[in-house]
Parts: sequence; C-alpha cells; structure tokens
Amino acid sequence: MSIAWYLAVSAIVFALGAIGVITRRNPLVVLLCLELMLNGANLALIAFSRMWGNGDGQILALVVMTVAACEVCIGLGMIVAIYRRNLPIDVDEMRELQG
Amino acid sequence: MSSVLFFIAAVGVISGAVGVVILRDPFYCVLALVVHLISLAVLFLLLRAEFVAAVQVVVYAGAVMVLYVFVVAYVGGDSEAMGERLRGPGPAGSGLRLGGAILGGALLVELLIALLGTGLSGIEGRGAPYSPGAQAFGTPAYIGKLLLTRFLLGFEVASFLLVIAAVGGVVLARRRREGGQQDEADVLTPLQLLRPSGTGTMAEGVGRRP
Repeated sequence: MSIAWYLAVSAIVFALGAIGVITRRNPLVVLLCLELMLNGANLALIAFSRMWGNGDGQILALVVMTVAACEVCIGLGMIVAIYRRNLPIDVDEMRELQG
Repeated sequence: MSSVLFFIAAVGVISGAVGVVILRDPFYCVLALVVHLISLAVLFLLLRAEFVAAVQVVVYAGAVMVLYVFVVAYVGGDSEAMGERLRGPGPAGSGLRLGGAILGGALLVELLIALLGTGLSGIEGRGAPYSPGAQAFGTPAYIGKLLLTRFLLGFEVASFLLVIAAVGGVVLARRRREGGQQDEADVLTPLQLLRPSGTGTMAEGVGRRP
C-alpha cells in the first residue's frame, strides 16, 4: 500500500478524535478521544518515518506515547479527585476553577 | 496480501474510533479503544515499526487501558451519549452537535488537503527500500541504538516526565481527610528535623528538655 493510504487513515482518526473532544461531556471519554487524536498523529509519524526510511519518526512516536501515558495518569487522578469530592463528572459543570 | 491486511486493520482502526466517539457507556468506549489500538498496532507492523507496535500493544492496550477500566469501574460512569443538552429536544442541542460534526469534517478536509496535497513524490510510493536483518529498520536493536545515542536527551527527559506524572497521579488521587485540610501536627517539615526535640513545649519553658 502506498503511504498516502496510511496518511488518510491517520487524518480520519484525528478528525474523529477532535469530534469526540468537542461533543462528549464525560471527561473520561474526552480523555479517550484525546488518545485517538494522539494515535492519529502517531500513525502519521510512523508513516513518514517509513517513507524516508529514517527512525526519527518512530522515536518521536514513542515519546508521544510516553506523554500520552503521563496525561492519562494525571487526567484519571483528577477524575478520581473530582469523584471523591462528590462533584458531577461532567465537563460542562466543571467550568469553574475554584475548589 | 499486505493490502488485504491493511484494509482489515484500517476498518478496525476507524470503526474503533467511531465506537469511542458515539458509544453511550464509557466502559464500551474503552473496549472500542482497545480494538482501535490493536488494529493500529497491525498498521504499525505493516509500516515496519515492529518495536513501536509491540510497545503499543503492551503499554497502551495493556497497561493504560487497564487503568481506564479501573477508573470507569470506580467512578461508575453514568451513561451519557452526546449529553442531554446535545441530544435533548431543544433546537440548541442538535445545533451544537451538528456544529461539532461540521467542525470535525472541516478539520478532516483540511488535514487531507495538507497531507495528501503536498505533492511529495514519496507519498505515492511504498516507502524507502527495506532489507530484513538483525539491525534492520524498526527492530528493537535499531530503536535502542537511536534512543541511547542520538536521542539520549529526549529519552532522559521522557523518563523524568514519567516520574513527575507518577508522583502527580498519586498526589491527586490520594485519600483526603474528612475535614478536607490536613492537621498541622501531622505534617513533617524540614524545620522539625533541624530543631532539637521538645522545642516549643512546656518542658522547655521550665528548663527540662526531654
């Protein structure tokens, strides 16, 4: 398959993740959709890496995975903290920063 | 053979992503994301990124998804699909949803133009020449060599970031007291280690330090 097909798939996945981030209200699902966007970017990185025969893109994809794991760790910790305080788990209700 | 595999995996990737976006129950969303991640690992394998595919399956589809499943089970995700306001009877709800979909569609068109309209000659090809071997492109040996020579700084920064995130996750999710604030007496400060024991007590006042 030519590289263009992989890039098309990555664009579709990124756009789907963006739609999810915009429309969903549960912060857990917003985090999942953020993962989708990162995965779309990863697929593009690896496709370009294959195109040039150069490993830099794969290293960057690994770093993106690390950052995504950190983001999941912090995000889920925040969701658990929100739940412990008996606040609604809903991004529309959580728009004030005061504790 | 590889094109058949590509289309199967691409259908898995895209249907998993659609499932994450539209499914009602957060638990099913996580399961759809697992399907998405495993199909994506197949695409990575087709692109000769063997090590990244293995990391994707082990770290992402394994560890991170288990974390998600635990939190969904703990929080007990209340079912919401697109939210009451978005699916509700009011015209504003469907308008917002439509707006989100239009925005996503515009983003897709823009990305496709940006990625496929570049006119790069390499995009139409099948990639750089590849010869299998022990240190070939994408193998663990290849990635490890790059990580420990050219990208050593990035590697160390990533490990530092992981430590910070682990500490932050523990601090954020720890169990708090009922009163909300911690007692002052329980907090050990560096000052307490420097002062002699018994400082500020009644025993010191009468000249009898313990």
